[in-house]
Amino acid sequence: MASAPSKLYADDVSLLVVLLDANPFFWSASSLPFSKFISHVISFLNSVLLLNQLNQIVVIATGHNCCDYVYDSSSPASRSAGTGKLSALSVDLLEKLEEFVCRDEKLLKKEPEGSIASSLLSGSLSMALCYIQRVFRSGPRHPHPRILCLHGSQDGPEQYVAIMNAIFSAQRSMVPIDSCFIGAQNSAFLQQASYITGGVYLKPQLLEGTFQYLSTVFGTDLHSRGFLQLPKSVGVDFRASCFCHKKTIDMGYICSVCLSIFCKHHKKCSTCGSVFGQPHSEAASEPNKKRKAGDT
Amino acid sequence: MNNGEGRRLAGQAEEEDDEDDVDECGLEAWERAYADERSWESLQEDESGLLRSIDNKALYHAQYRRRLRSLASSNAASRIQKGLIRYLCIVIDLSRAASETDFRPSRMAVVAKNVEAFIREFFDQNPLSQIGLVTIKDGVANCLTDLGGSPESHIKALMGKLECSGDSSLQNALDLVCGYLEQIPSYGHREVLILNSALSTCDPGDIMETIQKCKKSKVRCSVIGLSAEIFICKHICQETGGLYSVAVDESHFKELILEHAPPPPAIAEFAIANLIKMGFPQRAAENVISICLCHKEARGGGYTCPRCKARVCELPTECRICGLTLVSSPHLARSYHHLFPIAPFDEVTPVRLSSSQHKLPKSCFGCQQSLLNPGNRPSLSVECPRCKQFFCIDCDIYIHESLHNCPGCESFRHFKTVSSSEE
Repeated sequence: MASAPSKLYADDVSLLVVLLDANPFFWSASSLPFSKFISHVISFLNSVLLLNQLNQIVVIATGHNCCDYVYDSSSPASRSAGTGKLSALSVDLLEKLEEFVCRDEKLLKKEPEGSIASSLLSGSLSMALCYIQRVFRSGPRHPHPRILCLHGSQDGPEQYVAIMNAIFSAQRSMVPIDSCFIGAQNSAFLQQASYITGGVYLKPQLLEGTFQYLSTVFGTDLHSRGFLQLPKSVGVDFRASCFCHKKTIDMGYICSVCLSIFCKHHKKCSTCGSVFGQPHSEAASEPNKKRKAGDT
Repeated sequence: MNNGEGRRLAGQAEEEDDEDDVDECGLEAWERAYADERSWESLQEDESGLLRSIDNKALYHAQYRRRLRSLASSNAASRIQKGLIRYLCIVIDLSRAASETDFRPSRMAVVAKNVEAFIREFFDQNPLSQIGLVTIKDGVANCLTDLGGSPESHIKALMGKLECSGDSSLQNALDLVCGYLEQIPSYGHREVLILNSALSTCDPGDIMETIQKCKKSKVRCSVIGLSAEIFICKHICQETGGLYSVAVDESHFKELILEHAPPPPAIAEFAIANLIKMGFPQRAAENVISICLCHKEARGGGYTCPRCKARVCELPTECRICGLTLVSSPHLARSYHHLFPIAPFDEVTPVRLSSSQHKLPKSCFGCQQSLLNPGNRPSLSVECPRCKQFFCIDCDIYIHESLHNCPGCESFRHFKTVSSSEE
């Protein structure tokens, strides 16, 4: 897909919204320790701020139980002076991040079942998009926003609809979603996000060199990307999973009422209850308990 | 047929004097040519004679909340099913009346521009649906484009030279459209949208019979009028369960036509539920060359049909060799927000703001904008009924119109229900 076109304003100023994965279940099992990873990220963020005086950075931490803003370079509170060894950004970011991790831990209700301990990517994506809309509203001259996901946890299937909604909204506002995935296997959600919005998806091969990957691939603003050879997306899997067995299929049956996907012919749809081949009846509109829509 | 009071009478020069008919939307279309020089009339003074700035933001938000409330009340439960697979025919009136210039530059140009925007929005919200275009000219209805799922072919036909002449004929248009819509599969919802500029219709027979035929074939007809309210249009819409509205100016017309983009509530017995066989092709690598079906030239990239292995360039489409509908999972996901809508947020009343025992949040949860006006007075904010987070009104509008996710509900695992029927 073509990359996002740049708008008519200051064309090399960027607003970088970083979604930092702080899921304790992932980091406790990762080969790269969290502290080393944070030092790579902080160096990268400082270098982005050095590229242009007007660049802005916002960091949102994605935890297992909650998400929150941990750093905003344009807020007045972030002007605290750094100590001799650490920059102002490091001091603020590390403080807030530590508070966040404690809060996240306190919110843990029960251990995650099975082996999937996903972090709340849909939440931080939604918050990032709301912040970006605020920047768009701030007037005709504003930096070009983009989202960078530094993510490693596995995809949580329960977040699929919310993540797709966020991706389509980002596509409409022309905000690319880049991902640097540091987990073990590729994340289908982030690959689709980068493909649909025109961003870059990268899975670094050597995690010790994360700073190098970040600064060469994700450091440049959107206008300059047109002149660079960035990693192209290859092998994005757009096949769907069937709702009954969760296996990926390349041919399936779709319910015409609720668009649920099945791998075999059924007499009745398990999501919306419609009976196939007959006109709708009262029983067809009975809510199914599994549907996420049971909220009002 | 009688011209109803409706919104207001047409802006045609020979109509009677309309000076007493100014509604809150502004001036008559023909008066606007003079009005641009009288912009001071939109200023307001307060009690002491000082100029007061018009609070557009609050007005806009109030308008948005009214719209949201009316939508929420019409979908009384979120269980009301929507017709997601739609076959819509747009009927464009190119009779003499469409060359009137009360909509600048002419009614026909405004209609063409807005139909183009509508087509893009329609395919964005309903990727599995199809549109066909029909024109009425010289009393005869002609098909401009066939029912198809690709926006580009329709837009190209619209951008071509369109000329207006002759009379309009609603009966011929409805006959033609019913003929086309007979052929579609039974799970699809049949809809017609008529963009009517004329004040009369020249029919070869009894239009009431045609309306009954449409009603029997379960075609839902909606009309948007550009001139005045006409009884026969109102009757068509009432009989078939559609929506009738009359536009007062260009921006109102755009609003009215875009209202038809989201799927309407499905009338239960109109479409039979069915399982549709679809394929999910894999994307081929750039260096694997094959002849594609759409352009009939050798190229790399594209998608491979899982049944017959033919190459197609873009999705969604129908494989020309084996007839399988080919889609990708994001196309289906585009419609999921219609099925899982989020609840409207509650307004935070001033009573609550002044009497709150515990401190209310000072910034919007989504965008971190301050919820306090200068001077520490709280500004308008809204609250999600599920997660109880506070949002500013701009985030409220963005969340409900574009994002369809509540950031608060998504950011706290406590509020997420594990839905095993999603991927």
